[in-house]
Amino acid sequence: MDKFKKITSIITPLDIENVDTDQIIPARFLKAVSRDGFGENLFRDWRYDSNENLNKDFILNTFPNHSKILLAGRNFGCGSSREHAAWAIYDYGFRVVISSFFADIFKNNALNNGLLVFELNEKIIHKIFKKISLEPKLEFNIDLITQKFYSGDGSVEETFEINDYNKTCLLNGFDNIDYLLSMKDKILKFENETGR
Amino acid sequence: MSKTLFDKVWDEHIVDSIPNGPSILYIDKHLIHEVTSPQAFDGVVSRNINVMRPDRTIATADHNVPTKNQHLPIKEELSRKQVEKLTQNCNKHNIKLYGLGHKYQGIVHVIGPELGLTLPGMTIVCGDSHTSTHGAFGSIAFGIGTSEVEMVLSTQCLLQNKPKTMKIEIDGKLNKGVYSKDIILYIISKISASGGTGYFVEYSGSAIESLSMESRMTICNMSIEMGARGGMIAPDEITFEYIKGKEFAPKGDDLNNKINYWNSLRSDKDAKYDKIIKFKAEDIEPMITYGTNPGMGIKIDEKIPDFTLNSSKNSFQKSLDYMGINSGEKLKNKKIDYVFIGSCTNSRIEDLRAAAKIIQGKNKSSHVNAWVIPGSKSVEKIAVKEGLDKIFIKAGFDFRQPGCSACLAMNEDKIPKDKYCLSTSNRNFEGRQGPGSRTFLASPVTAALSAINGYVSDVRDYI
Ligand code: SF4
Repeated sequence: MDKFKKITSIITPLDIENVDTDQIIPARFLKAVSRDGFGENLFRDWRYDSNENLNKDFILNTFPNHSKILLAGRNFGCGSSREHAAWAIYDYGFRVVISSFFADIFKNNALNNGLLVFELNEKIIHKIFKKISLEPKLEFNIDLITQKFYSGDGSVEETFEINDYNKTCLLNGFDNIDYLLSMKDKILKFENETGR
Repeated sequence: MSKTLFDKVWDEHIVDSIPNGPSILYIDKHLIHEVTSPQAFDGVVSRNINVMRPDRTIATADHNVPTKNQHLPIKEELSRKQVEKLTQNCNKHNIKLYGLGHKYQGIVHVIGPELGLTLPGMTIVCGDSHTSTHGAFGSIAFGIGTSEVEMVLSTQCLLQNKPKTMKIEIDGKLNKGVYSKDIILYIISKISASGGTGYFVEYSGSAIESLSMESRMTICNMSIEMGARGGMIAPDEITFEYIKGKEFAPKGDDLNNKINYWNSLRSDKDAKYDKIIKFKAEDIEPMITYGTNPGMGIKIDEKIPDFTLNSSKNSFQKSLDYMGINSGEKLKNKKIDYVFIGSCTNSRIEDLRAAAKIIQGKNKSSHVNAWVIPGSKSVEKIAVKEGLDKIFIKAGFDFRQPGCSACLAMNEDKIPKDKYCLSTSNRNFEGRQGPGSRTFLASPVTAALSAINGYVSDVRDYI
């Protein structure tokens, strides 16, 4: 996993609620046996119509694609457990997703892949949606160390929550499996003691 | 201290806890399939380690397998490769695989219970969100992502934050024509597709206790559709009866000892939940969804509303536009093009029996394509033994071979663009059953009857 660094970027606004993982990456693209290349099919059925023509109204097509921050409506990532959704978002170039809340499995999947996800109050999210609809070029900063999210013009400044364990993992590029493997003795002892 | 059922099972499986962070949860049973496992196996190999407990891991091929001619090589190249990769990985790591052609093959959440692999008090995970199905036995069962599959393969453990607990209590007697699918669609319509996020649910009350194991599985299966991580039901006599005699279930004295323990798996009287919601069984009627998330459900003869819980006007309208329907319309009597009876929600023998009973002696409507996909080889075998296959085929239904099929349309079973499908599966998301497909979710009985009539039908008009 890459180390999470401080981010400065414009925001891609996706003002839709209940975005499910079938929309993030449709099932027909899950046949790959590696982790790469899913970004190409991120939001595939919203980006292209059924004749494979670019849907000019969809935000990813109207917006410069170098944004690292995706701002989404509530309950983002609901539905299937497919981690391909997190891979696709990361592969496309996003490093952060912000919503008023996330589906549980998606949240774990994202954090396990170095994709920072955090929640902000719905009112604040609406305020930001509004602000960037007027000033789409406004840049925002995310500093994981201080847990701060703030706009370049100083008009937005928020602190976000993340638990210490996940924060340490993201900052250092640590991976849960390394941690669990380091606990192997304890796991074996547990198996022994409980007759497993 | 008094504990909930969830607390009891959770506490039994904690190896260690990180202060201010997640706990290490030991996993008793790990189910895997072809779609979410290949990258996890690659991870294990690149770390130069072995699968820690192959004996606690069971594999099947279900998500992208064809439902016709399963004895032939899979035509679609990428699907074939994925299934081959699963076979190679299982051989290499010594994992039991119920692949295509095996007598135990089937949808992962159908085979676990029917083979006696799923037992009360266990922790069970799988790289599929409907793992919540197994909670019907009083186990903690939930879906995980591929990195987590890799964690379990490597260490038989997961790092998990403890979820909050919610009790959903349904007391009373169920109305005629109401099946477990209607109960869960009703609950989700009341609390929304995100009302359970952050929670693990326990279903209780006399209406739940009256249900068969297969009906309980349908309810727990769809816990994820309200955002809950999982759902569980305390094991009882109905559970123990179901388990008895299952292929891999404990037998004899071993079983009796286990039952003694399983009897302790119920919430203490004064156990605390973070949230309690109560419903009356009498309020529940046959249900159907109209929108593009499972929270968008109504009673079958109700009108489509002009808003839904937890959805803005824009998102709600976007959903109706996709479905090609309007507020104020009724779905009852709406013409449908496809009927899909299948998926881990409703493809068990009880579902097939209920559907066949409605269909017997009738013919499907000529404009409807109707598919019945049994959940497993074992279900298929019983259906054939009981002659259900003949009933379906005679009525003009396509009776196919086991797999996930049109539930997620990864194989060739796809609903075409703009066509309406009345489906017994669990998700009505945009494009879920094929690009542009439009899904109404309902019970197998509603689906069967609607296939005969050619339009959305209310079972109460016929019983
Ligand atoms: S039937 Fe559908 S929901 Fe169930 S495991 Fe298969 S794809 Fe998932």
